[in-house]
Amino acid sequence: MIKEKDLLGLRNISTDEIDEILRNAVPMKDIIMRDIKKVPTLRGKSMATLFFENSTRTKSSFEIAAKYLSADCTNLAVSTSSVQKGETLIDTAITLEVMGIELFVMRHGASGAPHFLGRNTKARIINAGDGMNEHPTQGLLDMYTMKDKKGDLGNLTVTILGDVAHSRVARSNIWGLVKYGTKVRVVAPETLIPVELQRMGVEVYTDVDKALKGADVVNVLRLQKERQSSGLLPSLVEYNKFWGLTSKRVELLKDDAIIMHPGPMNRGVEIMPDVYEHPRCVVDEQVTNGVAVRMALLFMMLGGKSGDDIN
Amino acid sequence: MILIKGGHVVDPKNKIDGIMDILVEGETINKIDKNIETKSEYEVVDATNLMVFPGLIDMHVHLREPGFEHKETIQTGLAAAAKGGFTTVACMPNTKPAIDDRTIVESIERKTRGAKVNLKIIGAATKNIDTDQLTEMGDMKEAGIVAISNDGKPVKNAYITRRVLEYAKQFDLILIEHCEDESMANGGFIHEGYYSTILGLKGIPREAEDLIVARDIALVKMTGGKVHIAHISSKNSVDLVREAKKQGLNVTAEVTPQHLVLTDAAVESFDTSTKINPPLRSEEDRQALVEGLIDGTIDMIATDHAPHARWEKEVEYAYAPFGAVGLETAVALINTKLVKTGLITYSQLVEKMANNPGTVFKLGGELKLGNYADITIFDPNKKWTVIPEEFYSMGRNTPFKGWELEGEVVHTIVKGEFAIKDGKVI
Repeated sequence: MIKEKDLLGLRNISTDEIDEILRNAVPMKDIIMRDIKKVPTLRGKSMATLFFENSTRTKSSFEIAAKYLSADCTNLAVSTSSVQKGETLIDTAITLEVMGIELFVMRHGASGAPHFLGRNTKARIINAGDGMNEHPTQGLLDMYTMKDKKGDLGNLTVTILGDVAHSRVARSNIWGLVKYGTKVRVVAPETLIPVELQRMGVEVYTDVDKALKGADVVNVLRLQKERQSSGLLPSLVEYNKFWGLTSKRVELLKDDAIIMHPGPMNRGVEIMPDVYEHPRCVVDEQVTNGVAVRMALLFMMLGGKSGDDIN
Repeated sequence: MILIKGGHVVDPKNKIDGIMDILVEGETINKIDKNIETKSEYEVVDATNLMVFPGLIDMHVHLREPGFEHKETIQTGLAAAAKGGFTTVACMPNTKPAIDDRTIVESIERKTRGAKVNLKIIGAATKNIDTDQLTEMGDMKEAGIVAISNDGKPVKNAYITRRVLEYAKQFDLILIEHCEDESMANGGFIHEGYYSTILGLKGIPREAEDLIVARDIALVKMTGGKVHIAHISSKNSVDLVREAKKQGLNVTAEVTPQHLVLTDAAVESFDTSTKINPPLRSEEDRQALVEGLIDGTIDMIATDHAPHARWEKEVEYAYAPFGAVGLETAVALINTKLVKTGLITYSQLVEKMANNPGTVFKLGGELKLGNYADITIFDPNKKWTVIPEEFYSMGRNTPFKGWELEGEVVHTIVKGEFAIKDGKVI
């Protein structure tokens, strides 16, 4: 059971809740693997995706999750310009709510936007990424993947490599993992490390080789190309040279370590093309797991009771 | 004639701290003494168990008129001031148009005729706030301004600040400086620290303030001008001001109740009424502010009362304008969080909220025979809950909504007339 009305992040959610989501995702993954990928579990339930920022994979992942569970999903691509036209976030959501929508999947460029909407609507909200704050379903699918591949999260060393300052993926990963006692290392150039990051319970590195050494998992973050024009980085070439994940650097990890990336990838910037082709690179599986985790969440938040026969 | 009887009168500037009576005749204070005899023609105010202060002065309010009357008007702002126990407030010039010449000063002055609270006007330092052109400070001073400021922004650059200070000195005008190096702030909007890191909100490091404080101190030294640091928020800035004062430089500073009471932890709620500029800072900074207030580095408390319309603040955190209302909660917050906790005394409260602003800006702020009878009568033990909908201010944007506070203004007397009587606007 998700205790709060809204799923806003992994910071304020218990390990019991996370465990249950990850547990429910297992049978969901089976459904995805079937020939007939449809169960009637959420038939007659209405939800909407509310994306104020561009997204292909997260949006389609939620949409597909909804379809496999037979929920009706409306997609609203809201450009931020509608805010300037005077239609506020609340107006948009309330309009859909009074049409019967029970759950919003929301992405927004401003940190805290789903928290703000959540206080102003009765519908439940799943945060699909808010500004630089959190991206909880990405965090959950990453944790699912790590657990699936490597076992008990508490025994793992996970290195998060890249632009953690601007990354909601990094924050959700950190909040989720530290709850389980995972040893989390973060590595980035000094200019991309936010202040007081250590207080989140992680080890902070600037030397990528030291940060990778002996890790069970490396989770590589996407680098926004505009960072080089805002005084944070000299060039993408230099970034790749000192912080890019190369095959040579992969050798520093444990022999059975896995390589992860939330996508979409900038090949030749944060990750080299041959690393993507590495046998222990699980990027595609992360995407499948994303659908499973989102199905589990929709099931739990749109009326499915725990212990219900998902099949 | 009003006789204020039996109250605990506090005015450290005149070394008063005890049960006294005050007799007001017409607009002025006629007598301060123990047991003044009651006469039938006196209107007697029973101040038993109440505190009697010189009328409080707030050197930093935004009354939004002209140009933003949907946020606040002079009338509603002054009603809020009276309710908060302020007998004098000084309004900032970042209106539309900006208060940057005599005609606008005079038009505001006209609107204050008949007002129950003294409104003092602060003129812009440069034309239309953010430019290179000095304002006609001399002319505005003749029309009544009490200081100059580009509040909302600092004076543009070091060169213009130098010239502003040199020019203002001739008219004995203090520059009230909003200290924020904008290139350092770089579009941030909460304190850069643990909370900006975990919430993914863009931070403004305290150094953005420190850089301008340091710049201005250097320029005060160079020009002999006077700078008053508005809403100081950074612990380093407190150190810089302390050091400047040791050197005998003409630097003073104010702090807001919100910076004394809250930290950036309050931002965690994403409640946009916590979005203020300078931002709520860390606990370390907050403690340094309290310390600076106590040791005299920080001269006064000012509210930075910044009302906004509900629909402007009820948006995503990043899109909300900066500012919180403060007039109606200030003295109760200071009473609850600093006096009742034993950090400061009522004498210090009066120093910071009446004596010192009065002395620095030559606005009275003391209980002295022959002076205007500006008096605040305060019940230090009355408990109340902050309900924004009950404010006289049009602004509801307070981070203290629902807080239980101690201490309420019972009467506010301005020039011998009640602006607030029994807690209500007259």
